[in-house]
Amino acid sequence: MKHYEVEILDAKTREKLCFLDKVEPQATIAEIKNLFTKTQGRSLKDEDVLQSLPVGTTATFYFRDLGAQISWVTVFLTEYAGPLLIYLLFYFRVPFLYGPRYDFTASRHAVVHLACACHSFHYIKRLLETLFVHRFSHGTMPLRNIFKNCTYYWGFAAWMAYYINHPLYTPPAYGDEQVKLALAVFLFCQLGNFSIHVALRNLRPAGSKTRKIPYPTRNPFTWLFLLVSCPNYTYEVGSWIGFTIMTQCLPVALFSLVGFVQMAIWAQGKHRSYLREFRDYPPLRSPIVPFLL
Amino acid sequence: MASSEEDGSGNGSVEEKENGKKRSLGALATAWLIFYNIAMTAGWLVLGIAMARFYIQRGTHRGLFRSVQKILKFFQTFALLEVVHCAVGIVHTSVLVTGVQVSSRIFMVWFIAHSIKQIQNEESVILFLVVWTVTEITRYSFYTFNLLNHLPYFIKWARYNFFIILYPAGVAGELLTIYAALPYVKKTGMYSLRLPNKYNVSFDYYYFLIIVMFSYIPLFPQLYLHMLRQRRKVLHGEVIVEKDD
Repeated sequence: MKHYEVEILDAKTREKLCFLDKVEPQATIAEIKNLFTKTQGRSLKDEDVLQSLPVGTTATFYFRDLGAQISWVTVFLTEYAGPLLIYLLFYFRVPFLYGPRYDFTASRHAVVHLACACHSFHYIKRLLETLFVHRFSHGTMPLRNIFKNCTYYWGFAAWMAYYINHPLYTPPAYGDEQVKLALAVFLFCQLGNFSIHVALRNLRPAGSKTRKIPYPTRNPFTWLFLLVSCPNYTYEVGSWIGFTIMTQCLPVALFSLVGFVQMAIWAQGKHRSYLREFRDYPPLRSPIVPFLL
Repeated sequence: MASSEEDGSGNGSVEEKENGKKRSLGALATAWLIFYNIAMTAGWLVLGIAMARFYIQRGTHRGLFRSVQKILKFFQTFALLEVVHCAVGIVHTSVLVTGVQVSSRIFMVWFIAHSIKQIQNEESVILFLVVWTVTEITRYSFYTFNLLNHLPYFIKWARYNFFIILYPAGVAGELLTIYAALPYVKKTGMYSLRLPNKYNVSFDYYYFLIIVMFSYIPLFPQLYLHMLRQRRKVLHGEVIVEKDD
């Protein structure tokens, strides 16, 4: 069969955009457009093999400078270590945070001590997961992300910690019942979140960047995969809702809300890329909230 | 900055930021935008005239704010619609930029000038009112003529040159007004929430205003430089085209 060579030029600048070797005579314009956008739009992966790319005998690569980069691990460690330490500064009422007569005093409310334990546990868990559990798709992200992310995490941590550990803190209105319920929710969601992280890690062999559809495992916490694409985010929001109820603190509620919005956006993106990549993706799943979002 | 102008397209249908190509708007959207921009031009004109008449008749600026506040509040608050225009897509400017813009105006009108009556006779209030009036009349008539595809060069010139003086002057008026309001805010503790309370949160309007004043430092130069760059592109670009002809 005689193959065609197709050359695509930019209509305005006459620049050669793409050269397609071996185009079948029966190919429709739509198929040619597809071949073209594949060479244009999508960025190439390190693992791609030259021969498998839809280009002719001459391959044209477009170089895009991503700017200064920083590793994901570095960013995660920095943005999580901050809240851990900052919260403790407020918990121990280090000087200059509250009035001098409160320096190094302890709160008289049991829930304040519990909250510190939960908050610290949460961030220690995150640090350990970053070091030992997560397998990252990308090595790096733009450098300015570390400033943006740290401002967000550290800022909110300071804002929350200030009020929870304040001498004039008001404990939850429904007392011990409220705290117990909140603790149960918090722990449940922490376990859930961890289970999902482990399940996702096991999907991917060490050192590889393969992508597979996640499915429920024997661990009941992973059964949320039946309903949701990103149960790790679902559990994370749940944890923070638990912490909000536990501390009855408006800044915590706001932090939970902002976090939820951001994670919902990420979950929708992840959900869409799963749908694009896998034809047989389970249709029942929604991105982050079962049946709703 | 309350006195700053939006970039490029704003309320017109022409996308100046890009290569000058028009995007097609529905007839209804265009009609509405023309009506909106004419109404706003008229509103700010009326406000300007009211201010001038007051000053001419009374010879003083004392009491001027009280006499024009209804018109000011009506037309400045109505501008919230511009955020909706962007959100809906009939105006091609970012919702965020427009939102910040309009919010800062609403803030000055309702949360400073309206709420803190003691500063209403400050000269700085007149300063930013005059700046806003000139800016808005220029801006809305620019959009109006743009939508009607008959933009006189002098209006384009005004829109891209007046800001050079007006913008810093407006910022000065706003900052001085907020500064004048500080003692009254501190004394009355208005809009503030103290501990202890069941939400475990506090808010101090006094310190909030101080933070707002400091935030002008990073924001103002960025917006000002942005307008200067727009100006160079629109006016300078215009000159080159005529030469090639």
